[in-house]
Amino acid sequence: METTDRNLSRRNFIKISGLTGTALTLGIGFSASGKDMAIVRASSAETTSIEVNAWISIDTQGKVTIINHRSEMGQGSFQSVPQMIAEELEVSLDQVNIVFAPGNGRRYGSQVTGGSSTIRGSYQKLLRLGASARHMLIETAAKRWGVAAGDCYAENGEVIHKALGKKLNYGDLVTEAAKLEPPKEVKLKNPKDYKIIRKPLPRQDTPTKVNGKAIFGLDFKLPGMLYAVVERSPRFQGKVVKFDDSETRKVPGVKFVLKVNRDEFDNMREGVAVVATNTWAAIQGRKVLKVEWDDSAFPHHNSEELYAKMRELVKGDPISFRTMGNTAKTFAKAEKKVEATYETPYESHSCMEPLNCVANVTDDKCEIWGPIQGPDWIQQNICGHLKLPPEKVIVNMTFLGGGFGRKAFTDYPYEAVMISKEIKAPVQVVWTREDDMTIGPFRPGMVYQCKGVVTEGGRIGSFETKISGQNMDLQNPGADKSAYNSSDTEGFLEGYFNSIPHYSFGDSPLDSPIPVMWWRSVYASTNAFAFESFLDELAVKAEKDPLDFRRQHLSERYQLLIDKLEAVSNWKARKKNEGLPAEASAKVGYGVAITECFSSIVGEVVKVSRDTLGKVKIDKVWAVMDCGWYVNPDIIKAQIEGSIIMALGASTKHETTFKDGKAVERNFDSYKMPRIQDTPEIEIYVMDNEEKAGGVGEPALPPFTPALTNAIFDLTGKRIRKLPFSLDSIA
Amino acid sequence: MATITLKLNNKSHIIDADPKMPLLWAIRDLVGLTGTKYGCGIAQCGACTVHLEGKPVRSCSIPVSVAANKNVTTIEGLSSDNSDVVQRAWILEQVPQCGYCQSGQIMAASALLKSKPNPSDKDIDMAMQGHICRCGTYPRIRKAIKKAAQLMAQK
Ligand code: FES
Ligand code: FES
Repeated sequence: METTDRNLSRRNFIKISGLTGTALTLGIGFSASGKDMAIVRASSAETTSIEVNAWISIDTQGKVTIINHRSEMGQGSFQSVPQMIAEELEVSLDQVNIVFAPGNGRRYGSQVTGGSSTIRGSYQKLLRLGASARHMLIETAAKRWGVAAGDCYAENGEVIHKALGKKLNYGDLVTEAAKLEPPKEVKLKNPKDYKIIRKPLPRQDTPTKVNGKAIFGLDFKLPGMLYAVVERSPRFQGKVVKFDDSETRKVPGVKFVLKVNRDEFDNMREGVAVVATNTWAAIQGRKVLKVEWDDSAFPHHNSEELYAKMRELVKGDPISFRTMGNTAKTFAKAEKKVEATYETPYESHSCMEPLNCVANVTDDKCEIWGPIQGPDWIQQNICGHLKLPPEKVIVNMTFLGGGFGRKAFTDYPYEAVMISKEIKAPVQVVWTREDDMTIGPFRPGMVYQCKGVVTEGGRIGSFETKISGQNMDLQNPGADKSAYNSSDTEGFLEGYFNSIPHYSFGDSPLDSPIPVMWWRSVYASTNAFAFESFLDELAVKAEKDPLDFRRQHLSERYQLLIDKLEAVSNWKARKKNEGLPAEASAKVGYGVAITECFSSIVGEVVKVSRDTLGKVKIDKVWAVMDCGWYVNPDIIKAQIEGSIIMALGASTKHETTFKDGKAVERNFDSYKMPRIQDTPEIEIYVMDNEEKAGGVGEPALPPFTPALTNAIFDLTGKRIRKLPFSLDSIA
Repeated sequence: MATITLKLNNKSHIIDADPKMPLLWAIRDLVGLTGTKYGCGIAQCGACTVHLEGKPVRSCSIPVSVAANKNVTTIEGLSSDNSDVVQRAWILEQVPQCGYCQSGQIMAASALLKSKPNPSDKDIDMAMQGHICRCGTYPRIRKAIKKAAQLMAQK
């Protein structure tokens, strides 16, 4: 396994994969328009306008090399992609060598790891790719034996003819197979015959992650590389008036001090870089650097002001995104109605690996190494700024110590490139934890105003949500601020739109200099708290069981998930503490929430109780995910565990607040993380069906918080409508 | 600046460093061993945990001069072939997600198991509460520590 550091022309691919030339190399080719996709041989791609992305190659030893086009930030694509190809190719995973793909949008299609899309976006293509190679190998063997291809099959890297007792290794077939045209149509395996997909196979990157060998961005080093830390405007948009580096230059190891820009949503943000021979010298040098900022051109917000503003904004008319019927009229004349406001905090991504990036800019070339979620975006961005053609800008992905949306962003590589260009040396820009936590972008804080109506029959008659918060899409210069936010409904079950007669979703965006960005599960991470808390309030109004209340509005796919959730959490018996006195039942609370985003549906039930001191504690969480077609159940389970724990942090432990225009929480002493002793027992189920593949890295995060607060309501009668809250504070 | 002898994983390295430089940066930038991670720099996250004379310490918060001539073990020194019982347990339980915090987690778990070969849940909480995992691998860390204890008992 290796991290590639070269651009991936076909020839280079062959070099990287250690192939000597005679090999079967298949890729997914895109026509110049990028619209048509075909499976092609590497050789024919060179003579057509189709650009090959060399995905798999089998050499004469039968060794398979797969290029993984997605970044690995913990969500397991390192494993999932080869697992899919190996299944259809009929090889075992240990016959497969995996190489990360450098950024090249044209060559690979989008590589941005976001929206839980690794598998969602590419699984059918990947399956077809593996199946095409298998088909060509079988064809070749059949020809050699003079038998019908239909009588042969492939298994474990060999083509087999049972009746004749013949076997040929893939390696013996590749040279000839490479001459065949890839089939136009291939038959994919029936899921019930899967040997690798759907199995909880161990991840291949695990061994390197338990002995210190995995190279993350921060671990990447080049000969002669210098280290930089950058003093950035603590109020985000400040301009450097002047700086005094006289003390900085006295710190042993400091080599350069220079002004540097960074590209944040096409806005230039300013900073002063201290470049030294090691990270610590750079940090020490920055400590004594004096920068004077001009930050007179924009407001310096406090959190209180921001939320007061949002509370005002939700009272006005929103920019409408999705409506049906007339919610205002229905609400005005209804008898049974509920109105509530929910608030969610700004949050920092706080990936365990702080931001960093290595850049080496030479006269005619720029090369970048780093923990990168969006290599093709970065390539595009740098090409534009340096006026270099794509083949001169090489973006290499290392392992990512977490991403959660933050590392899809182009600002930190840009900054590294500019410093390297200026000092004419390879440089690693290191963001300290304080930089990472205070400079943003952040998950935006939100205020939700919900109004709902319950019908005589106990159904939802009307559901209205007005949202205020910063819109992540409105940060570029010239953004159309009257545009609606198509993420206003993220997290809401699609099924409700077919059964709620009156609904309305809209937003009134807040303007602030604070930069904001996707944070694991994006808008669903906050929307769901409002939607699912409010549904619970409506269920109480309707005097219905929270599961039954939801179920009556939903179609079969959702109902199957609800049935499962009900069964595994023993929901119906939840209040019967068998054998215990009646007071015991009063001491437990159960809450449920079900959300949908990135084409996956997740339901979670949380059980809470009071400990002997009367404090509320989380006893257990049950999660059921329906992500349609899936690859590796163990990776899914890990993602669900991680999502729940991340949500636990954002609901009960940490938030980013602002004072005088600056982020207040600077490190883990004030931005408190959930720890091992805070982690409840988590039980997980994955639904088995053949629906289209949905995301798995994010969709389990949104339902946790409302399931928890609904459970606390069940236990205490107290509604939590503002996050974060402390479990210790619940009376 | 001072000349300092660092004994890392039974190998001596002579480095020229500011004696106040945290051990973490000396290990990473001056010696070039990158398995030990930077996470917070203020003894809050545990990512930088190494063993100093067998005891787990936060290398971000110890000046390199304090570690001079003492035995320091980093993740690379546990074993490079994953034969160490804690590493084996970590693989069996498939603990890492992004993996960034795991060097520190493993070093802490390894020290725990040396002093308590059969740790209770409370012991695990106590030993591991200083270690943040943003990916939320805590349930698996707990399982893996118990698994390692089992493997040790079998020997
Ligand atoms: S980096 Fe040392 S404890 Fe966080
Ligand atoms: S595995 Fe990612 S921080 Fe622990």
